Amino acid sequence: MALRRFAVQFGLRAQAPVADLAASWGRAFATVLPELKYAKSHEWAKPQGDVAVVGISDHAQGELGDVVYVELPEVGATVTKGETFGVVESVKAASDVYSPISGEVVEINQALVDEPAKVNSSPYEDGWMIKVKLSNSGELGDLLDSSAYEAHCQH
Amino acid sequence: MAPRPIVKLLRLARFPILQQLQLEEALLRATKCNWFLINDGTPRHSIVMGISGRVNELINVQQAQKQQLQVIKRFTGGGTVVVDHNTVFTSLIMQEGALQGLECYPVPIIRWTESFYMDVFRKHGEFKLQEHDYVFGEHKFGGNAQAITNKRWLHHTSFLWDFDPANMAALQQPAKQPSYRQGREHGSFLMRLQERLPSRQQFVQELQDNADQHFELREVSLQEASQALQRQYLKNNKVIDLAAHVQQPQQ
Repeated sequence: MALRRFAVQFGLRAQAPVADLAASWGRAFATVLPELKYAKSHEWAKPQGDVAVVGISDHAQGELGDVVYVELPEVGATVTKGETFGVVESVKAASDVYSPISGEVVEINQALVDEPAKVNSSPYEDGWMIKVKLSNSGELGDLLDSSAYEAHCQH
Repeated sequence: MAPRPIVKLLRLARFPILQQLQLEEALLRATKCNWFLINDGTPRHSIVMGISGRVNELINVQQAQKQQLQVIKRFTGGGTVVVDHNTVFTSLIMQEGALQGLECYPVPIIRWTESFYMDVFRKHGEFKLQEHDYVFGEHKFGGNAQAITNKRWLHHTSFLWDFDPANMAALQQPAKQPSYRQGREHGSFLMRLQERLPSRQQFVQELQDNADQHFELREVSLQEASQALQRQYLKNNKVIDLAAHVQQPQQ
């Protein structure tokens, strides 16, 4: 069965340069926020009650390069922990992004339509990607805390 | 010295580009093997857009319809190309860790490919990777695109052995261009490999010989490779219906 999850496409628009100096200096200076949980595949989840906000980490956006396009699932779609929920394009590469938790997509970040570079300039704030109503809040416990994620990035 | 990775070689000729892309996606997503594909030409001239491509921004729809060009949106990033029987295609599909020290991210991968192809091209001119394109000097002869998933990566290239300028008329000048292009039209920006290389047959053989220097190649059949198509995986290639993109004149 073909898994066609991606119905919402955010097109190529402004080519804002990477403004975050820390991101351009590579992984040694990548930001990690203590209040977030992280997957080893470099996505983050921020619990907000029974919903979690999801995006990619500062480390990830630095490694990917300037993001020119983001493809996200439709509201109402189901995402599964560890499985692809979207695609980010940078440097002529389409890179899959994986959901750190399972549940139903309740909101997507429409701002990424015109400004996909927000993923680079503000990976933890304006560059958030999806909000997911959790189907299993216990999955948050499987994610790395900020210290463990930092250590993971150093390897 | 690190051992050479085992890579399965698939040699094709005049294999349709849509089927090639579908096969590549299957090999990337539904196998754990390393692959090197060569396809010497595609029978039907086609426009192939990257995953973020928008028809009305990149294609002269009426011209493309007139020329009966097939339009495909592929699963990898990158720009728009017109391909036909004079395009030579290669595809590298690798597991992270197969190449020692190469990280599974777009920039390290594309830079590595420059060194991978260096011995094939440098004897024919000033070969380099210029803003993600393969060039001799300031002229592009090879377009690149990539896909990365689950610690595997794919890098594929369309090499212009020759091209028909009439086909290029079906493409608009893209809004996003590499700076070295300097606004040049396709005809002034692109280069035909046949202007530099002595023989197409020799070129295709050199692609294989070069891969044989880098990898432990094991040639397989299309039948064996095609088994991956039977597995379940995410499929992102699609054929575009141009009729749906014909813009009606404003009243």
